Amino acid sequence: MLKRTTYLSHGYDDPSGHTLAAYEKVGGYQGARKALALSREAVVDEVKKAHIRGRGGAGFDCGTKWSFMPKQGQKPHYLVINADEGEPGTFKDRTIMERNPHSLIEGCIIGAYGIGAHVAYIYVRDELHLAKERLWGAIEEAKAKGYLGARPLGKDHPVEVVVHTGAGAYICGEETALLNSLEGKRGEPRLKPPFPAQFGAFGCPSTVNNVETIAVVPTVFQVGGDTFSRVSALHEFNDGGARLFGVSGHVARPGVYECAVGLTLRELIYDLGGGLSTGKEILGVIPGGSSCPVHRPDEIVDVPNDPRFEPYNGKSILDLPLGVDTFRAAGGMLGTCCAIVLSDEADPVLAFHNLMRFYRHESCGQCTPCREGCGWMERIADKLLAGTATMDELDQISEIASDITGNTICAFGDGAAQPALSFVRKYRSHFEDYIHTGGKGQTRRLVSAAEVST
Amino acid sequence: MAFSLTGEQEREFEKILARYPNKMAACIPVLHLCQGANGNWVSDEVITFVADRLGLSTAHVAGVTTFYTLFNRHKPGEHQVWVCRTLSCALRGSDKVLAHCKKRLKIEEGETTKDGKITLRTAECLASCGSAPMMQVDKSYHEDLTIERVDEILNRLLES
Repeated sequence: MLKRTTYLSHGYDDPSGHTLAAYEKVGGYQGARKALALSREAVVDEVKKAHIRGRGGAGFDCGTKWSFMPKQGQKPHYLVINADEGEPGTFKDRTIMERNPHSLIEGCIIGAYGIGAHVAYIYVRDELHLAKERLWGAIEEAKAKGYLGARPLGKDHPVEVVVHTGAGAYICGEETALLNSLEGKRGEPRLKPPFPAQFGAFGCPSTVNNVETIAVVPTVFQVGGDTFSRVSALHEFNDGGARLFGVSGHVARPGVYECAVGLTLRELIYDLGGGLSTGKEILGVIPGGSSCPVHRPDEIVDVPNDPRFEPYNGKSILDLPLGVDTFRAAGGMLGTCCAIVLSDEADPVLAFHNLMRFYRHESCGQCTPCREGCGWMERIADKLLAGTATMDELDQISEIASDITGNTICAFGDGAAQPALSFVRKYRSHFEDYIHTGGKGQTRRLVSAAEVST
Repeated sequence: MAFSLTGEQEREFEKILARYPNKMAACIPVLHLCQGANGNWVSDEVITFVADRLGLSTAHVAGVTTFYTLFNRHKPGEHQVWVCRTLSCALRGSDKVLAHCKKRLKIEEGETTKDGKITLRTAECLASCGSAPMMQVDKSYHEDLTIERVDEILNRLLES
């Protein structure tokens, strides 16, 4: 279902859309006013009704996460915003921070109140200098108006928002690595339990939320939780509201598009992305950041024993609405909802090699299966491209990836294994061609032929 | 020579400290501040200084410094150029951008031009996939690159 929305992107085309004046013109800070008039429990309940599934990739329900925070205790609580956007293919949070930073600040006020925190840390990756500047600017503007500070919007619940910077490490997008990094340590993930709601930032109860998850919270209080949830075509899957969809790679109009949840990949690629920019057909789509399994367009949805899937069974995966549970049931993963599109001009073995290099580079090195496995898979990818890999080594990729899965502290290992397993399984003949002929039958490039020759 | 901060940088240092419940949490922002004050790299003197001021061991600060890719343990060129090469950029020609930079600057990735002007690096996903190919020059993003635009940018840096 293609339904464009503008809850977050209303000011994206306005050069001054990031200012408080522009934000207030469209009802900015009205959501926070309503939320702060409620009790803390009522705020969490309203967010639960909105069925906001975490926009960072894991898809956990936002209101439920907030409800895990202790109701009493001596320790301070912290709200931590994960703005370490770096999942390959994902570029949506950056647009919020650069073009609509006040939505995030307003979301922080509501979130901090809902979980009983007085400080919110926004952990922004260091490379996003404009985003940091805009966020600090928004914080200053909000403080000057009394929306932030000792009595935000007149409520006796002090809230301070701080922008914290990383220093270049993909792994810090993992919530416990992010917490270690926030505490001034190496960004190595922690074992869970204890979960952040019990032992998070500085050993205190904390909630870690993605930028978009928090930025959409003010909308929930403006329109009402249930109303917002019903904007989605997947309301019955408890996957509510609208979200930012990104599309990149071989499409004519790559970019970020805000739509109701329930958009299909076909609509994202053809209606919003303008179709393929090169090649004749889609070779594959990675639906939400590189850590999700790749899908071939000829994959058929087959989820038996669930009447909710009846309209989609037998159809191409490109026609399955993009939702956390729909894609999980279909053997995929929604991730961040920012798709990477590969046309048939692209060589899947080269794409695999590119991703394995990424994971080898970004593994923090803490757990042996991930540290050694990612390097091993990259070395096999190197040999494949050189035409010196054997069939045994091709099979080894699947073995290594399976041995990483579930055997590491954090989900990075699984994130590296998913693309490895799916690329090898779904494009097996391409991989075998590299072993038998050195890849003579393959395009041996990721860009179009025209682009190589110019 | 011992490393120190100027008066204005000291005030910035105090501002950073005030944001956190303990001194350790200031480690990364303070390292950024000191790296900037030290010609864009973290020398042994900077590590000792940060450890001293934050009450941390030098081993802790050195460990943090080497974990993150944006802390330089060697002095880079006057300008730093990062070409993103992860999948979305690679699908739109980042290999060509990188090859052109190497040819134009006569250096390999990770190296600095002889005149000390530019250090060329590759980066993994910089969250600019919708405007690929792209590169980061110091603190700015340059997106939707063509070879002509890359030349313009490099020329400007070389002439600066």
